[in-house]
Amino acid sequence: MIVRIATEGQYELQGDDEQALNELDNEAVLACQGTDEQRFRATYDRMLDFVRTHGRLVADDELATSDLILPPPDTTLEEARAEFTGEGLIPG
Amino acid sequence: MPGISGRMSTIVKAKISKLLDRAEDPSETLEYSYQKQIELLQNVKKGIADVVTSKKRLQLQEEQLKGQVVKLDTQARQALAAGQEDLARTALERKNVAQTELQSLDTQIAQLEQQQEQLTASEQKLRAKIEQFRSRKEVIKAQYSAAEAQVRISEAATGVGEEMADVGLAMQRALDKTENMKARAEAVQELEAAGTFEDLTQLGSGEDDIDRQLKQLSSSNEVDAELEKMKAELGSGSPPAAGELEAGASQPSASEGQAS
Repeated sequence: MIVRIATEGQYELQGDDEQALNELDNEAVLACQGTDEQRFRATYDRMLDFVRTHGRLVADDELATSDLILPPPDTTLEEARAEFTGEGLIPG
Repeated sequence: MPGISGRMSTIVKAKISKLLDRAEDPSETLEYSYQKQIELLQNVKKGIADVVTSKKRLQLQEEQLKGQVVKLDTQARQALAAGQEDLARTALERKNVAQTELQSLDTQIAQLEQQQEQLTASEQKLRAKIEQFRSRKEVIKAQYSAAEAQVRISEAATGVGEEMADVGLAMQRALDKTENMKARAEAVQELEAAGTFEDLTQLGSGEDDIDRQLKQLSSSNEVDAELEKMKAELGSGSPPAAGELEAGASQPSASEGQAS
């Protein structure tokens, strides 16, 4: 599975890691529903680090489509929330 | 996986298919995609140039402010040596404001530096993908039947399309931040234009609006402490530590150091 961290790059993850990522994603979603910026930051950073450390960085000249795209690393809690309701992080 | 990433993926895919839908036949899709890619690459270059310009502007402002800090410090010492404590206090208050501005400028310049690096990396990555797309485009045009070509074009175009959407997002975020900084830089320029960091020799006698605002802005504790320190340095008994002092220091006067 190919996962993109928006504004950063693509990583290829293996089957076992997908499940673990799914769990981290669920935690991030929960953190998004709260108002605790630090909790969101910590949860989301864990998720990003997981992808960076477990995934293989996709080369610049590989044309691969991502199965998943994670919001940019500097996403704030406010933006992450808007992600679920409004237009999302990509304008237009 | 419907979480954070699921939503983001959906948005990107919708954007890409919107882009691809504009062209009808396969080879048109290829050329249209390629043209869009080149356009975006130009935009990224412009975006980087904008960030560099903003950074240079802030750096220039930083230099000017540093000059003002030195000047106001010297003036405060001179005023104090001449027994004009009120004037010295005003100079220190202004210095305090200028120093606070300097700190925030430092942070902003560092942020812009980081954005510049990130955008440059994105540009290189996008360029590599576009190059890959270009060579694949020629192969597809030469070797495949219409039906097969459709599938392969879609794969290649989606791969680059995603990268384009991503670079677009990175640029948007960088520009948003730069805009915020511009607004801040303009506010500082207005302060400067209003004479906030002006030469004190041009200062009138009475307290004006700016002075009142300055007192609110600057931490009076810090100003008091600095004033006391300066007095001690200028006063009798203390060693002539103020080596950087210019005119004011060369004629120390014990009695003036204890004024008011």
